[in-house]
Amino acid sequence: MRGLAEIWVYMAREPLAALTATLLAWLGATWLAARARWHPAANPVLVAVMLLAGGLLALGVEYRAYFAGAQFVHFLLGPATVALAVPLHRQWVAVRESALAAAASVACGGSFAALAGIGIAIGLGAAPETVASLAPRSVTTPVAMGVAEAIGGLPGLTAAIVICSGIVGAALGPLVLDLVGVRDWRARGLAIGTAAHGIGTARALSVDPVAGAFSGLAMGLNALGTALLLPLLWRLVAGG
Amino acid sequence: MIGGLATLLSCQLAGEAIARLLGLPVPGPVLGMALLFAALLLRGRAAPEGLARTADALLGVLGLLFVPAGVGVVLHLPLIARDWAPLALAVLAGTLLAVGLTGRLAAWLLARRGG
Repeated sequence: MRGLAEIWVYMAREPLAALTATLLAWLGATWLAARARWHPAANPVLVAVMLLAGGLLALGVEYRAYFAGAQFVHFLLGPATVALAVPLHRQWVAVRESALAAAASVACGGSFAALAGIGIAIGLGAAPETVASLAPRSVTTPVAMGVAEAIGGLPGLTAAIVICSGIVGAALGPLVLDLVGVRDWRARGLAIGTAAHGIGTARALSVDPVAGAFSGLAMGLNALGTALLLPLLWRLVAGG
Repeated sequence: MIGGLATLLSCQLAGEAIARLLGLPVPGPVLGMALLFAALLLRGRAAPEGLARTADALLGVLGLLFVPAGVGVVLHLPLIARDWAPLALAVLAGTLLAVGLTGRLAAWLLARRGG
């Protein structure tokens, strides 16, 4: 048994185990999502996070120890966020003649999405960290986590909130659009991309290419607008 | 591939530097994204192939990249237990209201432009 204990001490200390576990959890989660035919509810990020979080809790491993290894994956999030400019530029060129109407819709819709989340949370007496974690809810996860950190929210909580919002928007959003009588594929794409970021965009792409392009554009513009403006407005209002 | 990665990291570095110099509470990578988008608009052509390939490769596994931070949710379980009602309502109602409102507004704006 002493051998096992030694191996455990080694694994808990070295970054290799956490890094391997992260990649394996991701492979398992994408396998599951593929089997569920990429249904929004089988979101691979959500499944991988639940697998790893459950593993940490079950084995009594501290998050800090896990992150010491997983940070090598986490580091690539920065350049990947910058890389979002490339598809945004592609969509902007593809839908150029409607780009201004699209930008106006995204600006209003994105502000409303942020305010609705903040309003509901404050109205129901949520803690300040919860409110700050909810504010960037409708923006793509990497950007939302950065914004949450900048305004005093909790990036881990924000990631879970953003993914759940994306799943809700992708799974139920089309029903809402039918209900309010929006049939234009461009408008449907803009609505889903603004409120449900990448998860909604993946869904929109699978339904209609025009809706997908507009959804991708909305996701990029909302990420840019929210990330540039929300922290500044937050500082003005909260005085922090 | 390396050229593309160098471009992305340079933009991120410039974004971090600007955010710190001006004391902006905006995440550095997002400023980097804005810089790159502006540069691509100024260029007026498609992104260089190396950059496009690197960007697509990174974005193809974007989900994996935010798993480590997402696992940080284990640190906030007591907060989630306390605030589960506002969280659930904000996620559900907030998102669906935003979908409906944005959809109606976009349909109206696009129709007005006659396109």
